[in-house]
Amino acid sequence: MKIKKSIAVSASGLIFNPDTGESFTVNPMGAEIINYLKEDKSQQEIATHVIEKYNVDTSSFEKDYEDYIGLLSNYSLVEND
Amino acid sequence: MIEKKHLTIAVSGLNAIDSPGPGVAVIRALKEAVSFDCRIIGLAYESLEPGIFMHDLVDKTYQIPYPSSGTDSIMERLEYIHAQEKLDVIIPNFDSELYPFIRLEQRLKDMGIHTFLPTMEQFEERHKVNLEAFGKKYGIKVPKGKVYHDLSSIHAISKDFQYPVLVKGKYYDAYIAYNVDQAKTYFNKITAKWGTPVIVQEFVHGTEFNVTGLGDGLGNIIAAVPMRKQYITDKGKAWGGISIADLRMLELTERFISQTKWRGGFELELMKDKNNDFYLLEINPRMPAWIYLAVGVGQNIPEALVLMALGEKVLPFTEYKVGKMFVRYAWDMIVDIEEFQQISTHGEL
Repeated sequence: MKIKKSIAVSASGLIFNPDTGESFTVNPMGAEIINYLKEDKSQQEIATHVIEKYNVDTSSFEKDYEDYIGLLSNYSLVEND
Repeated sequence: MIEKKHLTIAVSGLNAIDSPGPGVAVIRALKEAVSFDCRIIGLAYESLEPGIFMHDLVDKTYQIPYPSSGTDSIMERLEYIHAQEKLDVIIPNFDSELYPFIRLEQRLKDMGIHTFLPTMEQFEERHKVNLEAFGKKYGIKVPKGKVYHDLSSIHAISKDFQYPVLVKGKYYDAYIAYNVDQAKTYFNKITAKWGTPVIVQEFVHGTEFNVTGLGDGLGNIIAAVPMRKQYITDKGKAWGGISIADLRMLELTERFISQTKWRGGFELELMKDKNNDFYLLEINPRMPAWIYLAVGVGQNIPEALVLMALGEKVLPFTEYKVGKMFVRYAWDMIVDIEEFQQISTHGEL
């Protein structure tokens, strides 16, 4: 899963989709995940970063990550590899 | 150093109100033109059109007769104005005045006044009344629509449509009706103001988008800027919007221009439904009130239109900035009553 190349994410967590004109705000965690996706990191790499940095267990990360990706997908912000 | 041209340009649509005419935005764009300097002559219908009193934008304003008064009386007034001001270009900005101005195009040209308008055929073909046929002819999705000439036929709406429906005037105004009683009320309201027919259109749920642009009359796009409405007033007007990069909207615009060989400024009103399909709701045969966004993103469409009216070669714009917003505001001007008296009694200010 990749974030669409055209999607812009500001440091404050504003996501702008230039194709549709839609904008969204995400919390710092959401922005961090999007930035990892923009760097083409895999789910495994993102999991390693987040689990280590925030001291969460793997199953909690996976559940929240899938929910979040589902949300991004609903708003057409991501595309398949 | 090459001196810039000095042009005298007459502009209508000075009603910068809650449902604004495009005139003031067009004038702002003309004042920022890099290829010419201009003196702006406002053409007003009412003595309280705000643009009349914006002296930093409008150098002189003349009242002109309503389009319904006929081309002869409009021509007579324009001859008088031309004698005073020596107009180079006129930019009419209301749908309702395009009909007389298109008819007067040659007579104006003979006087040395240039315009850059759609042909009468283009103007009629894109009319809301003919939109369904237009969509079929050019392969563009449009909502189902039907024209109604009298109140009694309104009862039969439910045979052709499911509520809600949009009830639209032939030039302006659109209301959402959820039942036959509301449809009848809006039919009466619209016909009292704009006459018949009234157009009833399938209501497409979705997100509103617009494209403004300029066609050269030969099938080429000179300019095109798509925008998503972000803040919509109760009259359905964009009070805020953002430039976007939707390729499908640009393709649809290209199809519209290349197939119709559209000449002049235009605005396409689009609705994107839940299946991500675009429906063309209306084609406005002139620049929109939000035209200054196009200038803000790098396409000064009014300047290009003036140059094309003068017969100059204009290269198409190839890019614009995405993610630029416009946010409209209301502003109270303080005006001396002498100015109001002057425009009301003498028809000039």
